[in-house]
Amino acid sequence: MRALVGVKRVIDYAVKVRVKGDGSGVETAGVKMSMNPFCEIAVEEAVRLKEKGILKEIIAVSIGPAQAQETIRTALAMGADRGMHVKHDDILQPLAVAKLLKAVAEKEKPDMILLGKQAIDDDCNQTGQMLASLMGWPQATFASKVDVEGSNLTVVREIDGGLETIGMKLPAVITTDLRLNEPRYATLPNIMKAKKKKIDATDPAELGVDVSSKLQTVKVVEPPTRQAGGVVGSVQELMAKLKEKSLI
Amino acid sequence: MMARREIFRGFTNMLRGVRMHSGGIARKQFAKIEESDISTFRKLLGEKSVITNDDSLEFHNNDWMKQYRGNSKVVLKPKSTEEVSSILKHCNARKLAVVPQGGNTGLVGGSVPVFDEVVLSLSSMNKVLSLDEYSGVVECEAGCILQNLEEHLAKHGFVVPLDLGSRGSCQLGGNVSTNAGGLRLIRFGSLRASVLGIEAVMADGTVLDSLKTLRKDNTGYDIKQLFIVPRKLESVHLAMLGCNNFQQVLEAVAAAKFKLAEIVSAIEFFDQQCSDLVVRNLPGMSHVLETSSPFWVLVETTGSEDSHDSDKLYNFLNYCMEKQVVEGGTVAEGGTQMRKLWGMRENIPMALLKEEEVFKYDLSVPTSEMYNLVEIVRERLKERYPQAGVFGYGHLGDGNLHLNVTCPTADKEAVESILEPFVYEWTAEKRGSISAEHGIGQMKISKLYLSKPPELIALMRQIKGVFDPNGILNPYKVLLDE
Repeated sequence: MRALVGVKRVIDYAVKVRVKGDGSGVETAGVKMSMNPFCEIAVEEAVRLKEKGILKEIIAVSIGPAQAQETIRTALAMGADRGMHVKHDDILQPLAVAKLLKAVAEKEKPDMILLGKQAIDDDCNQTGQMLASLMGWPQATFASKVDVEGSNLTVVREIDGGLETIGMKLPAVITTDLRLNEPRYATLPNIMKAKKKKIDATDPAELGVDVSSKLQTVKVVEPPTRQAGGVVGSVQELMAKLKEKSLI
Repeated sequence: MMARREIFRGFTNMLRGVRMHSGGIARKQFAKIEESDISTFRKLLGEKSVITNDDSLEFHNNDWMKQYRGNSKVVLKPKSTEEVSSILKHCNARKLAVVPQGGNTGLVGGSVPVFDEVVLSLSSMNKVLSLDEYSGVVECEAGCILQNLEEHLAKHGFVVPLDLGSRGSCQLGGNVSTNAGGLRLIRFGSLRASVLGIEAVMADGTVLDSLKTLRKDNTGYDIKQLFIVPRKLESVHLAMLGCNNFQQVLEAVAAAKFKLAEIVSAIEFFDQQCSDLVVRNLPGMSHVLETSSPFWVLVETTGSEDSHDSDKLYNFLNYCMEKQVVEGGTVAEGGTQMRKLWGMRENIPMALLKEEEVFKYDLSVPTSEMYNLVEIVRERLKERYPQAGVFGYGHLGDGNLHLNVTCPTADKEAVESILEPFVYEWTAEKRGSISAEHGIGQMKISKLYLSKPPELIALMRQIKGVFDPNGILNPYKVLLDE
């Protein structure tokens, strides 16, 4: 069986994000980028399925500028077999990403598609669901446990009320949640090997997908700075302050 | 009905042997604190800056290692140079001994009182005063916490040319006065080199402004310092390499310095005993790779051009694999993995603290012989004291070994007699330093002669006398009495 795993290059989780002076977006120039943590979990799950003998081939796909290749290399170092880079320089909306992934899937014919549940830069949590719908495939989102037996997929999902177990037939789209697994550190030999693995390149035009967005980002601002609290010396002072702020 | 009240002490440490009045030293003829002194301090600093209650005094009287316990009755927290000056003027006139204290993170008992010395804490003078973004010069107060300075500078695209595990608590004044070493000495050099000037208050209260040649050995009190701070560079990579023997470790370091050259920002090592201890003693820590390795080497690079640094790192790793210098390892992908890998090294002191007794040695020795001492000590202890643990880690790139030995309390004296003076004498024989970066404090006073000739020690004493004629600043430390 074959899996397609989507990986997104985002601003590193540990970086303190700053808004650009003109309010058009966040500062990415010279800022540390790395693979979206949920995508890492997706890659790890695919590699584990391969180690169990369930998957024969893992293709890592990323959509983005030239540097997205580094993110694909990371997936290769973790154990993916080959990569696919869809080159596009601007920010894309989830719907466009879903359409592009569908085009790639139609070429590669995977038995499952693994994605992170959401990206930490936009927190959209839409791509997996949209992709499944476009493909006409079942979806198992927020997966915290994945079991494959033949063409039967059983997934435990994290939902508000607790855990939900659902079953479906492959092919399917799975989106990964935090507790699914802990991604491995790529070992040195694998990092070296990854440099030699193949990454194919393509772009939206070649895939025949219109990625123009119907959304326009109007303004990006930082959240208001947190005001320091005040310490009061007595209950009377507290009452006076509450009245002053029209809170009572 | 009587309600039971649990009285919580700040901490209790009945297991660890606590040294008081180190090595049988007698209290010198300093004056004793009287009520009149306390009210003078209150008048000079205000009520809130004079601390006399037992619970608050606990922190200031005990060192981080919980090995030394002083008996100060008053802690002062001045907020300005003038306040520091007024305190010292009074103490000097009264012949009251004073211990200047920063973050109290020192490992040799240098930052806590031995008897009833007044603690002069710089914690309230914690501001970053100015940053000149063109020259990269920052001015800050001595009580500024290292991590706070790091965060302030990061906002403007600069870094502090110093980094250590205690960054969340240690203060710049302490760092400068002890010429702190740390993780990035290999990149930025000795801290001294980055200090452009300091404003200090002398033992008698005189304020010296921006004296550039003041010796930093607790003879005066640093209040403000001017640093040159380098730009923050965004391309950071971290590799952890596994080596089977120390010879491979040495070759990995040589390769790193040769292949990575100017982008190296840290080279650290630790042995398998250290990584096993960290995983065993600290919840939430786990081995990074499935295969264990007798030695781990952390190599960090920092540069301004990511593609350049990635290529260099790849070439270095390729070289190491081809020449069989390393057996395995990993490269951190992203900030989270980087923090976890650093955690394996930086948490070693915390893991050691959880053992019953720990002997810490901070030695500068020729790099090629660094691990020999660890193996010799292990050999010496293994038959009669199999429960003792011997750990080696440190700033490999700078030739600085941290040798640590743990043992059950019952074996403490016996193990100590096997370790000392052997470890110090071995180091002296190799013409190394018995205190590479931790300093002398109380702990290593009697060992100073092993790394400095008596003539030089005499000179140090004379210099101290010039700056502090009454010897009120941090007595009983560094220099033995004649």
